[in-house]
Amino acid sequence: MTLKIISSQCTSCSACEPECPNVAISEKNGTFVIDPKKCTECIGHFDSPQCAAVCPVDNTCVIDPAFPRYQPPA
Amino acid sequence: MSASAQPEAASGQGPNIADVMQTIAEHKGCGTSGGSGKASCGSGAGQGDLPTEIWEKVKNHPCYSEEAHHHYARMHVAVAPACNIQCNYCNRKYDCANESRPGVVSEKLTPEQAAKKVLAVASTIPQMTVLGIAGPGDPLANPEKTFKTFELIAKTAPDIKLCLSTNGLALPDHVDTIAGFNVDHVTITINMVDPEVGAKIYPWVFWKHKRYTGIEAAKLLTDRQLLGLEMLTERGILCKVNSVMIPGVNDQHLVEVNKAVKSRGAFLHNIMPLISAPEHGTVFGLTGQRGPTAQELKALQDSCEGEMNMMRHCRQCRADAVGLLGEDRSAEFTTDKIMAMEVNYDLDTRKAYQAKVEEERVAKVAAKQQELETLAGEMSDIKLLVAVATKGSGLINEHFGHAKEFQVYELSTAGAKFVGHRRVDLYCQGGYGDEDSLETVIRAINDCHAVFVAKIGGCPKADLLKAGIEPVDQFAHEFIEKSAISWFKAYLDKVNVGEIEHVERGDAEIRQGALITAA
Ligand code: SF4
Ligand code: SF4
Ligand code: SF4
Repeated sequence: MTLKIISSQCTSCSACEPECPNVAISEKNGTFVIDPKKCTECIGHFDSPQCAAVCPVDNTCVIDPAFPRYQPPA
Repeated sequence: MSASAQPEAASGQGPNIADVMQTIAEHKGCGTSGGSGKASCGSGAGQGDLPTEIWEKVKNHPCYSEEAHHHYARMHVAVAPACNIQCNYCNRKYDCANESRPGVVSEKLTPEQAAKKVLAVASTIPQMTVLGIAGPGDPLANPEKTFKTFELIAKTAPDIKLCLSTNGLALPDHVDTIAGFNVDHVTITINMVDPEVGAKIYPWVFWKHKRYTGIEAAKLLTDRQLLGLEMLTERGILCKVNSVMIPGVNDQHLVEVNKAVKSRGAFLHNIMPLISAPEHGTVFGLTGQRGPTAQELKALQDSCEGEMNMMRHCRQCRADAVGLLGEDRSAEFTTDKIMAMEVNYDLDTRKAYQAKVEEERVAKVAAKQQELETLAGEMSDIKLLVAVATKGSGLINEHFGHAKEFQVYELSTAGAKFVGHRRVDLYCQGGYGDEDSLETVIRAINDCHAVFVAKIGGCPKADLLKAGIEPVDQFAHEFIEKSAISWFKAYLDKVNVGEIEHVERGDAEIRQGALITAA
């Protein structure tokens, strides 16, 4: 799985963007989006997903069940 | 400008920082309370007993000098949308056309757009002397954007003072950069020094890749805030502390906060009322946490005043406010308009204009001093409040019906002392329904004995009188303090001969609704 941003809730505050260790977050049409190919759920970097930890709106950066859980390289 | 400059500091080269800090620490409260009528603090009138070095830094800063706020303007640029803490009085999702309050902003700018905006505004408003970055998030949670903006402005408009407001969490990491950019003024919002209190205000803070909650979060925040404050004052940077007064949460505690920040060299303390209308969608708004009344706020500010300079003219500005405090010209400077503007930044014109402003200011202080002498020898315990309709320049120059705010002065035999302002604009109906606008005005100045205006119609005049507030238009376009003192002298005379009886007034309401024109 990766995280996704519920765009209807995003305030476009940009707090998440610089926190992402994988540069997976960028701005698109006024809101922020996560590139699922780059997101690692912060595994191997931090204890918790940074985008969710810094986001001022609860439940805006959430697990996206559409993607399989990230496997850190062995 | 008052004649009583501090001689040690004024002579020879500038004093060293330690001396200056010592002087600030020893400098207590406003001189107006001494009965000499000499207003003397950062929030008060002229130079008073401020060291010259400090006076130079505050004399044309509308937030650091109450008197300067009649004459000089500031602007904020909204380059910093990200934040690293969450406050229960903030909801960053909310920004409607009728809304204007701290943290809220309509347009976010890149540093380059911000620099262009500063030049455009400075060319249009020559008395604009201060550029602040105050969010809508935390400027130090956006250090790259914030410092890039400062860098660009320092290059193109070197006469403009740079200012920064922060929650303080990241402050200790940036003190050297702040000093490096010659930022003279920093505001830290400090609402508590007790983590138990803090836990009721801050649901979480994000620090070093981790979200902290509860008492742990508040402890981290207060430690970082106080450390940052100490580091700044050690470097001679003037610090203002903003505190939001939340009845039942931190109102009593703010006296402690006042002592804590004073002992660390803070220059000015600004206790502001909580804004918490339910429609703002903040936690406090939704839980029905009320804001203070005008009397509660004033009582707390008064009780802290013996300790240090209190700021009472804060307008709780938007993060993109432009103009004199109490007016908002941001609509004239939207990004579209700025980008289309031909900007001609002419330092000489600005200087010439500001020299004229200084002349006006000196005349005003002289007039007040003269009038004060008429009060000499008056013995009376009477203290009362009056409201003034003004558009700036320290004059009674606004029509009653056009006033969007009233400035409130406390009159006593010591003179006229500015104690606050009351917003009365009615753009957003929140909380007021279809009520007659005059009633809301009366509620906002219900603790005042008189209201000074340039002009007033017959109808409101009668209603004001009925409510016990005397409308006074005989001082139209004259200096505020001089007129107020002269009116007060006549009032005392009438009380003395028994023509009128002095009665105390009730409490007034601090406007909770949104505002758009009062910055
Ligand atoms: S979970 Fe971590 S890696 Fe994924 S987008 Fe958020 S910050 Fe980036
Ligand atoms: S932190 Fe949250 S609200 Fe802010 S830009 Fe990222 S997703 Fe949007
Ligand atoms: S919010 Fe208060 S301190 Fe800040 S610019 Fe406005 S008046 Fe000055």
